Amino acid sequence: MERGEGHHPEEIRAVPLRRPWRWVVTGCVLVLAAMLVRSLATNSRFGWHYVGTYFFAPPVLHGVGLTLELTAASMAIGVVLGVTLAVMRLSPNPILSGASWLFIWFFRGTPVFVQIIFWYNIAALYPQIGLGIPFGPQVVHGSANTLVTSLVAALLALGLNESAYYAEIVRAGILAVDHGQIEAAQSLGMMRKVVLPQAMRVIVPPTGNETISMLKTTSLVAYISVYELLYATQQIYAANYETIPLLIMASLWYLVLTTVLTAGQYYVERYYARGTSYAPPPTPLQRLRRNLRPVRVPFSSPVR
Amino acid sequence: MATPMVKAESVHKRFGALEVLRGITLEVAPREVMCLLGPSGSGKSTLLRCINHLEQINSGRLYVDGTLVGYEERGGRLHELPEREVCRRRTEIGMVFQRFNLFPHLTVLENVVMAPVAVKGEARAVVAERARRLLDRVGLSAKIGAYPNQLSGGQQQRVAIARALAMEPKLMLFDEPTSALDPELVGEVLDVMRALAEEGMTMVVVTHEIGFAREVGDTLVFMDGGVVVEAGVPREVIASPRHERTRAFLSKVL
Repeated sequence: MERGEGHHPEEIRAVPLRRPWRWVVTGCVLVLAAMLVRSLATNSRFGWHYVGTYFFAPPVLHGVGLTLELTAASMAIGVVLGVTLAVMRLSPNPILSGASWLFIWFFRGTPVFVQIIFWYNIAALYPQIGLGIPFGPQVVHGSANTLVTSLVAALLALGLNESAYYAEIVRAGILAVDHGQIEAAQSLGMMRKVVLPQAMRVIVPPTGNETISMLKTTSLVAYISVYELLYATQQIYAANYETIPLLIMASLWYLVLTTVLTAGQYYVERYYARGTSYAPPPTPLQRLRRNLRPVRVPFSSPVR
Repeated sequence: MATPMVKAESVHKRFGALEVLRGITLEVAPREVMCLLGPSGSGKSTLLRCINHLEQINSGRLYVDGTLVGYEERGGRLHELPEREVCRRRTEIGMVFQRFNLFPHLTVLENVVMAPVAVKGEARAVVAERARRLLDRVGLSAKIGAYPNQLSGGQQQRVAIARALAMEPKLMLFDEPTSALDPELVGEVLDVMRALAEEGMTMVVVTHEIGFAREVGDTLVFMDGGVVVEAGVPREVIASPRHERTRAFLSKVL
């Protein structure tokens, strides 16, 4: 080891710097945590057994199912319409980009809760809804009250609102693709196949965010009696007055669902990070497999 | 005489108020290697991009292999071409960029294979075979599965050349292909280009490599301020430039 002049100097053993305030704050946090745990355990009004009883009750499971369906359907509407709006917004045609801008301005600028109630009451504005030739005769028509059920109103409100946000996410993703990439694609006679996958890398993380956000926003449609998780919960506590335990139960369900979505997002992001200088960290499964290997592989050659 | 591969007739190109090309007239014969030289801002890269219709010219005429670039002449008027047709014509022209512009989300092999399959509808297996041959020719058969970010600049540029060649173009455009490279990596790219020229590929090369222009180029065109100042046999232009501006430029880069 040692070669050349001099001996190896002795290891430094300095007196560590004292940080008393850090200890004080740590103590405070621990005391607060202990108080919380004690309260959770001893305050009978939490009604934990109600949480357990109703967690898998059929109306709750039905509510969870509808919450998931609403999330998926609203996101589908939001993504399809959002991509369309983004492409329109980037169009050189001023009518198309202007229309897209106006749509986004309106639906992003008004509260989603107001939009939900608005769609629910659309029959007051248009009692009859029909399909036909613009300014001409109608081919089919029906009563708005029968066509726009509370579920349709919920989908319209959540989907259209989401599309306004999603359009901006897609636009950012497309604009983030290096111009050289677009030129290289053009010079080879291509376009979409190169730009979209690269835009996806930018689009995917906020999409996961939006999906998680949407899952929670669906609870707003309980107000217009859509039988999703919160409405199911409300129905139960309206009968037995155990409001807090049932809201805790609903919250736990929301936490379970968002946790699953977060994990899913992690894997989708990894996929779209291929080829970037940011090497994705190993997944829990890969880490487990590596640790189970009898002979440790040196870390100097990371898995790409 | 054969149809020139590239023919420019007093080509003008403006960006807003700035006139970048101010009447370029030149011809590139089949199998010819033309090197474009000049200070930055002289319009060399813009001319190259116009040939590939990445930029639209404002006046004059530009032909590739006897066909008007980007337009069709019918009834005495120019008609813009539909995108599909522009794309089809671009597939006959290969282009290599200063910043390589490889597709970062695809492996080396996929970069080369993608366009012929997606655009020309060729069978994957056939293209993959050709891609392997091309990558072998540019000395990168060992890097087939790597991603562009794992390669050096010189390797990336050689992949970019293979990617352009996979479309089997009849004309290759090089836009300062070695300007973004470390000095020690310039040679490997120039070697590939030299071999390509020897095989008879028609090439238009924007470059600052005077040595390459002298040894490989059939013609040297010196541009400044959007016009062709001087053109001729590279050895003669470099040894005895007729124009003061050419002389001044060469004295700085030689």
